[in-house]
Amino acid sequence: MSQTLIDMKNVSFQYEYTQVLKNISLKVEEGDFLAILGPNGSGKSTLLKLLLGLLKPMTGEVQLFGQTNETFHNREWIGYVSQKSNAFNSGFPATVEEVVKSGLTKKIGLFKRMPKDVNSKVIAALSSVGMEQFLTRNIGQLSGGQQQRVFIARALISDPKVLILDEPTVGIDHENVQSFYDMLAKLNEEQNKTIILVTHDVDTVSNRISHVACLNQTIHFHGFKKEFDTISQTQLDNWYGHSVRKIH
Amino acid sequence: MIEAILNYEFLQNAFISGLIIGVIAPLLGVFIVVRRMSLIADALSHVTLAGIAGSLYLSQSFSALILLNPIYLGIVAAVSGSILIERLRRLYKHYEELAIPIIMSAGIGLTAIFVSLASGFNTDLMSYLFGSVSAVSRQDLWVVVSIAIVVIIFIFLFFKEMFVLAFDEEYAHASGLPAKWIHFLFMLVVALVIAASMRIVGILLVSSLITLPVAASMRIAKGFKQTIIYSILFGEAAVIIGLISAYYLNLAPGGTIVVTSIIILLIVILVKKLLLKTNAKERGAVK
Repeated sequence: MSQTLIDMKNVSFQYEYTQVLKNISLKVEEGDFLAILGPNGSGKSTLLKLLLGLLKPMTGEVQLFGQTNETFHNREWIGYVSQKSNAFNSGFPATVEEVVKSGLTKKIGLFKRMPKDVNSKVIAALSSVGMEQFLTRNIGQLSGGQQQRVFIARALISDPKVLILDEPTVGIDHENVQSFYDMLAKLNEEQNKTIILVTHDVDTVSNRISHVACLNQTIHFHGFKKEFDTISQTQLDNWYGHSVRKIH
Repeated sequence: MIEAILNYEFLQNAFISGLIIGVIAPLLGVFIVVRRMSLIADALSHVTLAGIAGSLYLSQSFSALILLNPIYLGIVAAVSGSILIERLRRLYKHYEELAIPIIMSAGIGLTAIFVSLASGFNTDLMSYLFGSVSAVSRQDLWVVVSIAIVVIIFIFLFFKEMFVLAFDEEYAHASGLPAKWIHFLFMLVVALVIAASMRIVGILLVSSLITLPVAASMRIAKGFKQTIIYSILFGEAAVIIGLISAYYLNLAPGGTIVVTSIIILLIVILVKKLLLKTNAKERGAVK
């Protein structure tokens, strides 16, 4: 039986006077490949921060690997890939190798040095995203999609059980989106990584995904991708007010 | 020159502290520049000046304090300035750069008050503004050595965390690193380096030794470690050439060091441009 890795129970959150999330209950099982679909302002960034333990819910509870956020200390089990566009300045003088290596920082811990086999780990992480030939390049010289892959390798190097990606397809050319999802699906199937990605763009929700959750302040739907495909446009309009369009 | 250094203690002081600062200023400078904090260094140096002016005023008015080395109050001012900047940056979350003019003007304002209270300290203050070859005492040198040890230990202990923090702050927080603490320590260390550097390059030019070698290095370096190595090499070159010419031409070393750094920067920019052009031509020829 698969284990429940993330369990949000009746979570609500508000900033000053604005309610951002209402009664969110969401379970993510081991091996899921989940897309959380939400337009701007749906509360998806807040949801991610709650998942990562950067924010505490006002009511309700977030359980990670069966522990509450306060007692959960194996933060390296969760690999986070931030939205590329606002994460770093592209002129930063670092090689791909240095960036991927930095993903081990938390796992190694304060005051300790990089282990001796770090180079083989870097290569392994880069090959799982198909980027091993870019090892010595400066990160700023890569395209948006390639940078995104490097950031995934940075998350993979600490061997997380869950990968959380914030708007991973932003900045990737449309024709490369499919191969990007193929790469994620491979990580999901071959390395048994549970993957959660957040996106505002229903078009990019690929067939490689297993589950979909529809978020707009609350979870309107959470189920298999096949079930999601049967949801009518009228229903989506009800939830999102015309901001999410299915194209068929 | 070497003979003079061997013979005169003041020259030894100036050269040894210059060589040390040539390492630690660009070393921290790499982190400061990539985190887009260059102007913070500038603001802190002006606060340090207020501490120095205050100390000079105190030793002028109270004979008991006549032997007080201004560097100590300078350090206190720089460290308090760095804490205040952080406070202000948090207070004005969406206008973080506002902290810089606030702190900078506070520093200059206080300096002006101390200077007029003391009815001018002329040469002494000038040497703090633009640096001096002759004014570095043994005590100053020991302060520089101690600060350098603190800086090296800090970088050694927190190098990987500092890299993550510089490269991607959001990721640093998300992965559960004690980012706030490390940043706070970093600000303190920056304040110390500024206080250490001012004797040689002068308060007004401290930030140039922190930023110019890094600016040159970033044009040609591949990766982060290389950026650090080139920055230190350029910093050392500027300090050595600058101090020697300051000694022989009887100029303020702050001026000669900074002008040397700028010449190095220009050469690097030009050479890089030429290389890019010839590369492009070669590629064109192959086609």
